[in-house]
Amino acid sequence: MTQATSPAPLVRARNVHKSFDHLEVLKGIDLEVTPGEVVVILGPSGSGKSTFLRCINHLESINSGSIEVDGEQIGYRLHKGKLIQLSAHAIALQRRKIGMVFQQFNLYPHMTALQNIIEAPVGIHGVSRKEATDYAMTLLEKVGLSEKAHAYPRQLSGGQQQRVAIARALAIKPRLMLFDEPTSALDPELVGEVLATMRDLASQGLTMIVVTHEIGFAREAADRVVFMDGGKVVEEGPPEAVIGNPQHPRTRTFLSRFI
Amino acid sequence: MSKSVVNPASPAGDADLRDVAQAHKPFPAGRLAAWVIVLALAASFAWSVAHNENFGWPVVARYFFDPVVIRGLGVSLGLTVVAMALGIVLGLLLAIARLSKDGLAKTLASLFIWFFRGTPLLVQLIFWYNLSTLFPELSIGIPVFGPTFASWDTNSVITPMTAAICGLALNEAAYMAEIIRGGLLSVDKGQFETAEAFGMTRARALRRIIIPQAMRSIVPPTGNQLISMIKATSLVSVIAMADLLYSVQSIYNRTFEVVPMLLVAVIWYLFITSLLNVGQGYVERYYARGDRRSGPVRNAVAADATTQVEEAAR
Repeated sequence: MTQATSPAPLVRARNVHKSFDHLEVLKGIDLEVTPGEVVVILGPSGSGKSTFLRCINHLESINSGSIEVDGEQIGYRLHKGKLIQLSAHAIALQRRKIGMVFQQFNLYPHMTALQNIIEAPVGIHGVSRKEATDYAMTLLEKVGLSEKAHAYPRQLSGGQQQRVAIARALAIKPRLMLFDEPTSALDPELVGEVLATMRDLASQGLTMIVVTHEIGFAREAADRVVFMDGGKVVEEGPPEAVIGNPQHPRTRTFLSRFI
Repeated sequence: MSKSVVNPASPAGDADLRDVAQAHKPFPAGRLAAWVIVLALAASFAWSVAHNENFGWPVVARYFFDPVVIRGLGVSLGLTVVAMALGIVLGLLLAIARLSKDGLAKTLASLFIWFFRGTPLLVQLIFWYNLSTLFPELSIGIPVFGPTFASWDTNSVITPMTAAICGLALNEAAYMAEIIRGGLLSVDKGQFETAEAFGMTRARALRRIIIPQAMRSIVPPTGNQLISMIKATSLVSVIAMADLLYSVQSIYNRTFEVVPMLLVAVIWYLFITSLLNVGQGYVERYYARGDRRSGPVRNAVAADATTQVEEAAR
């Protein structure tokens, strides 16, 4: 809907194919995400949506097609007409502008919330400890956890851990945020606090790709909803169209279970 | 109504008496008797050992701080520290090599571990000590065809000290490699993936994220290894290295007070290993810091929810 006036896409995936051994999980995904856009990927389990998300920052390598983020092809570079695989170090550099939030939070258990957040800025991005700590405290306040700065992950509830994980991803000032089922491991009463934080980010113009089962979040916060099934994009468009008035029978069956 | 049937002996009036806060403990007669018997046996054994002239306690006391013994103790401790430090560093490199995707590194590390774990330490020490009979000269250069840049007479390089260090450190490295590999494998895969997603290099991810978490399962067996190592240093007495055992042997070869001098060594070994046990406790507590449930900021509801989420995740 914003595409007519939008600048160059931040993410451009073209005909992405991915197989695990002989199982083809992604069968030609095309997706463009413009800066500031919030894209929510819905779909049944096994539809390949998490795998696709993990391909975007090269946690999984793809078998064919290409993915570009911010004008750079992920995992490869074109040199004199030949496509050359990047070194592990060069891939690490590409990942540094992409934030990621995991289903299992994956906070570093031996570090406090604050240490978790400043680890990448201080250790990788070369920000001074003082500056990183100040910014981390701002972020903790933003996710409503200022008083938990010195708590270890095990002393936090699942919802609090996930909010710290979001702050940790934001601390690197990412160009793009990837959310891999961020609420799926949470108790129902803790889902709300995490979604509220994410809605807040969406309204602030952060570019986000969110894989989730939360239809409500998709309806309220997404600029565009992508419905995946069987390794393909079945339907995409603004939430009022895809969720409000789905055209494809697979989308309709999937959504009917949530009403 | 059914209550009165199930529990007829408790009319409503005795509720106060049933408050467990006022409960009495039965007198633990059996346990007390067991204590008395065991303590009596231990005391009589200690008495007989202390008053047995064959143990030669005055001799033990005389030689306990003898300069020769103390020097030997210093050699044993120094050898332990150096061999253990080298063993840990080399073991870490071997463990990383074994876990890498690189076939060459994996094969070389596996071969190293296979060889040094598969042959007796005593034999390895003797081989190192007699290296000059196999290779009279050690040189750095391009093998077979190329020039030699530097060379040494093996006998001047391999002293009892270097033979002992090589033997103990390489053997230790093989065992430490497996301990460290086990520790690295015990860390949740998601941790490495997260470090990767944040753009950490492999080395940094290992150093900052994986190894600190692996330490929890590396420390206890390493404490074991360290204690084994202190005792294993006594093997170097066969290659004429003047460690603690060799020192007391050199004294009793002169005075024929075999048992008292061995007791001197035994008590020193026990004293050092006891100190190490205490030290290990502190190290373990340090690496368990993220695992403490109760902290100043904890609240019961939050901790409860964490448990539930973790259980759901399993």
